[in-house]
Amino acid sequence: MALSDKKYSQRIEAAFAKYPDKRSAVMPLLYLAQEEYGWVSPEGIQEVADLCDMDPTQVQSIAGFYTMYSEKPKGKYWLQVCTDLACALRGADEFYEELKAELGVEDGGTTEDGLFTVEHVMCLAACDKAPMLQCNFHFMENLDMDKMRAWIAEKRAEAAKAKK
Amino acid sequence: MTHILLRGRDIPDIWKYDVYVENGGYEAFKKALSLEPKAVIDEVKASNLRGRGGAGFPTGVKWGFIPQSEPVKYVAVNADESETGTFKDREILETNPHQLIEGALICAWAIQATAVYIYLRGEFWDVAHELDKRIEEARRAGFVGQNIQGTGWSCEVYTHLGAGAYICGEESALLNSLEGKLGQPRVRPPFPAQKGGGLYGEPTVVNNVETLANVPWIITNGAAEYKKIGTEQSAGTKIFCVSGHVAKPGNYELPMGVTLRELLYEHAGGVPGGKAMKAILPSGGSGPIIPATDAVLDTPLTYEDMSKIGSILGSASIIVMDETVDITWVAAKVTKFFKHESCGKCTPCREGTYWLDKVLDRIMAGQAQVSDIELIDNVAKNMQGVTLCALGDFAANPIIYTIKNFRDDFMQHVQKADIKPASKARQAAPAGD
Repeated sequence: MALSDKKYSQRIEAAFAKYPDKRSAVMPLLYLAQEEYGWVSPEGIQEVADLCDMDPTQVQSIAGFYTMYSEKPKGKYWLQVCTDLACALRGADEFYEELKAELGVEDGGTTEDGLFTVEHVMCLAACDKAPMLQCNFHFMENLDMDKMRAWIAEKRAEAAKAKK
Repeated sequence: MTHILLRGRDIPDIWKYDVYVENGGYEAFKKALSLEPKAVIDEVKASNLRGRGGAGFPTGVKWGFIPQSEPVKYVAVNADESETGTFKDREILETNPHQLIEGALICAWAIQATAVYIYLRGEFWDVAHELDKRIEEARRAGFVGQNIQGTGWSCEVYTHLGAGAYICGEESALLNSLEGKLGQPRVRPPFPAQKGGGLYGEPTVVNNVETLANVPWIITNGAAEYKKIGTEQSAGTKIFCVSGHVAKPGNYELPMGVTLRELLYEHAGGVPGGKAMKAILPSGGSGPIIPATDAVLDTPLTYEDMSKIGSILGSASIIVMDETVDITWVAAKVTKFFKHESCGKCTPCREGTYWLDKVLDRIMAGQAQVSDIELIDNVAKNMQGVTLCALGDFAANPIIYTIKNFRDDFMQHVQKADIKPASKARQAAPAGD
């Protein structure tokens, strides 16, 4: 369980091949660390630092600067809901409140079953398809709570099935 | 009209390499390769194409700044599209990606660049992975890589994913982010086009996706034809992103000079539910908000006309608000955005957005006084023109122009306010974002 696993070697090589210096690969490699550990964990930070010839503190500062690197463990489905102005004019604030209530979590919280983490984020460039969110970096658009309840039920059923 | 940029609306499968080529794809690049690089720059200059990211700087002039004597030069494509209300580059990238690649390659030839980096916001995860495949198709066809089309010139094209930071759409912050540094703006000069100012210190053209997507059409049809579209100072078409309270939100590619009325009522279907239109943000969260008066609605959407009515064309991300919207709430909402997105480098922006947010929470909670309106207006005005990049000014705009144009909305909050002692009011304010 580490970035040294050979399943990552090709992608690490491809990241370094893009740039004239090693440091530039820090962002793609942080994504790999997040894939490996589920978040940018201290082990992941250290491994990225070693690969890029950087100090771990520098890598940590990069990880902390951007919202798509998670600095804590999160649920299997990471739901980032846009509640910015354009989406809010189309009901995104109300949608977000209902979604949190449905899952029984606060902003940034994770459900007890470890399936869903919910937070609000800034504009995702899909203002004409609000309410919308990104789930593990994939967009879900033109949403309403009926669609979300069905989707949540489906994911819960999949998880229950996988347990058996 | 047929589209220049959103050709996916006319030819649904044009994102596919074969379909793009069947419809004249990469012919403009081949034509450019038969011309001297300087002739390509001159043609783009003559077209009056201006930067579509928001600043409207003449594209050919920007290319002309690159010193040809330098051996290493870069093109950085700005696909960080993060302004509230903007979603045009995404449609180009999703539905007409080869045209962007071709435009970037023509730019690369014109400045004799060694590589193109397409910087996409991290949230364009799926878009970027698809774009990688399209770049591979262009490579297999001999348009990317070594000795392109037998010219002896070599150029690579790469994608780079950001990870969620509005500031990386600012060109010098974008370059820092690409270099694996914090995405914070740089002190200029040197400018990106100059030695020492660009990517890895090499001269670099930074252009928006929509800007570059115009270039193949200009090379194919000529600058004179391009200038026939739009107005004298604002040539060509523009993709208008319409969101908020309209019946048909979406992208509309129209010639520059179309009026707000035609765009919002004829194309976007007007305000639903028979409500009146109250306010318009013509350039996303960062531009000056304007009341939807008849004079405003009859204004042509051009760089020159929008500045005459006290706003800007900018990226033309038009957010529409109906009569039910409290503009104080808009100011508070947009301020939360800028507080979150301030990179923290310059004190006026970092501290200014923090305190604007605090006081706006107080106003929204009905715990503020009339003097608090003057207070935020003063704070905002002290953020203008004193930061390394435009974000400080962007963050000031939502305060200054909401107060200037919709002061009554603010007054309603403070007049009905149940004024409590200051210490209690501070406790009552939410902790912020």
